[in-house]
Amino acid sequence: MPDATVANLTIREDEAAHFGKLAAEWWDPKGSSAMLHRLNPVRLKFIRRAIDMHWASDVEARKPLSGKSALDVGCGAGLLSEPLARLGADVTGVDAAPENIAAASAHAEGAGLDIRYMAGELAAQDIGTFDLVTAMEVLEHVADKRAFMRELAARLAPDGLMILSTPNRTPQSRVLMVGAAEAVGLIPRGTHDWNDFLTPEELRDLLSGAGLTMGEPEGIAFSPVKGLHLSGDLSLNYIVTARRA
Amino acid sequence: MDDKRDLLILGGGLVGMTLALAAARKGFTSHVVDRADPEALTAEGFDGRASAISTASWNLFTNIGLADGLEQYGQPISSIAVTDQMKPGRIDFTPQPHEGSLGRMFANRTLRLALFEAAEKEEAIAWHAKSEIVSRSRGEHGVAAELSDGTRLEASLMIGAEGRGSPTREDAGIAVAKWQYEHRAIIAGLTHSKPHGGVAWEIFYPAGPFALLPMQDNEDGTHRSALVWTVSEEDAAGVLKLSDRAFLAEAEKRMGRVLGDLTAAGPRSSFPLGFHHTATITDRRLALVGDAAHGIHPIAGQGLNLGLRDVGALVEVLAEGARLGLDPGDAQLLDRYEKWRGLDSFMVALATDGLTRLFGLPGPAASAIRRFGMGGVQRLPLLKNWFMDEARGVTGDMPELLEA
Repeated sequence: MPDATVANLTIREDEAAHFGKLAAEWWDPKGSSAMLHRLNPVRLKFIRRAIDMHWASDVEARKPLSGKSALDVGCGAGLLSEPLARLGADVTGVDAAPENIAAASAHAEGAGLDIRYMAGELAAQDIGTFDLVTAMEVLEHVADKRAFMRELAARLAPDGLMILSTPNRTPQSRVLMVGAAEAVGLIPRGTHDWNDFLTPEELRDLLSGAGLTMGEPEGIAFSPVKGLHLSGDLSLNYIVTARRA
Repeated sequence: MDDKRDLLILGGGLVGMTLALAAARKGFTSHVVDRADPEALTAEGFDGRASAISTASWNLFTNIGLADGLEQYGQPISSIAVTDQMKPGRIDFTPQPHEGSLGRMFANRTLRLALFEAAEKEEAIAWHAKSEIVSRSRGEHGVAAELSDGTRLEASLMIGAEGRGSPTREDAGIAVAKWQYEHRAIIAGLTHSKPHGGVAWEIFYPAGPFALLPMQDNEDGTHRSALVWTVSEEDAAGVLKLSDRAFLAEAEKRMGRVLGDLTAAGPRSSFPLGFHHTATITDRRLALVGDAAHGIHPIAGQGLNLGLRDVGALVEVLAEGARLGLDPGDAQLLDRYEKWRGLDSFMVALATDGLTRLFGLPGPAASAIRRFGMGGVQRLPLLKNWFMDEARGVTGDMPELLEA
């Protein structure tokens, strides 16, 4: 019987080693995901503030998401899923790429975090609804944005909070994120197609079509002095909350 | 042993233990490992060293709940007098009454007693005294140290706080730039007939500074100052061997009668002087604090204060990280600590090194220039205020824990 165990996601030893290596690459703060690592504290700052506002939690609390469920769509190797778990959430991470999911599982296990990871398209998962739904830097990679947004909205609990981040479609993002950053290797080549980027207005319409109201977007800007930081400048990348209308 | 904690602090001296306490107040658990026996460290007469606690450091002690107990033992420094070989042209740093004191003098033993007592009561601190470390490891998910009795301690972040010779730093292969001054500091307590009036003296000689730091009066009401006397390496042994009477006579030659008659000298000890700075103060899941990261000439009494600033900055960075769900060993957090403290401590180190070199030049011409320079500082309020703020430790980006 050839590899019957693969079907129920039990991973062979050599594959585990491979995914462990992949996880190490994803989680290397100086590796190919360096930009994502640097972005992480910045977007988490926004997320923490949104959580505290939405659920009126104590800003100093260690586990403001305690007792809440969270769905991290496009979770990659778990860069966001793990902090959400530390903040107390019962986290489910979904990613289309099975090797990302295997890498994420390997890393979470090492970190001693209990996170449910699932590979595949969101539409194919029968997983109910969540208090918090995040999709960071995902929209720009999705072909049918309307269908994807409907799926995201369907996973959001009635009083839930959704948080999205995505690059803006501006001349600046074309030059810096697709041109310069890929040319010098800050972002892996071929990561982004500028034509797939959404402006905040387009995102607002997209959300509204799925029955969601968009909050005030905040920019993620870059300066040589401050590095990546939250800003009123939306021209490169922005992050925003949404809730049911 | 399944007791993984947030921090593995190697070195439980003044800086390491303050870190453990400050971190505990912010909800972090720690292992603190030190080879020394706390009983010996706090024994009467173990070391006569004293520390100037700047206003900023005092705020840190206040914020972690130590200040109330310590207050009664501190001698406020009301002004600092700087002179070149007791010649005319001295600078006095005296703050206005509303500006508060320039710092407080404490015997290191008093500080240790307060820290150790607080640490013993703190559940978040697992204190492993009299423990030798046989191996350290840092990996993707955590750090560990193995003790000679076989105990294995695990945590998320390792902190090197063992002082200038930090074996944790050596183990990590972090390069150190250092130079020795080929001088030693002779430390002794002096009893004198005139009250010091809260004045700290820095008297510069080509061989090095001669500093008198005001301490609280003895229980019998006699007056005390701590002496830090810099002598060249080859003279140190001789000075240590002098009889008490000869030692006091030598001291009086250098300080005149500003404190009246010198009546007694406490036990003498000596420490080599050097300046060192590490290329980096962080590595994977590792942060260095205090003298493990940077050692400076004790000329301005800022060594411990710099270390306590490291503590404030590191705890603030970790606490902000915890609010964001980031692991204490997260590389982005360590990067922030590095950017915050790496440069700041280097500036202070360079400034004090410059002072030492300036005052170390022999000859009457150099002396005249120094006195001229000091006269200039005396007349320029802005520059004087900068020096005073630096002594208080309130310049630069201040960690929240060091704010009032």
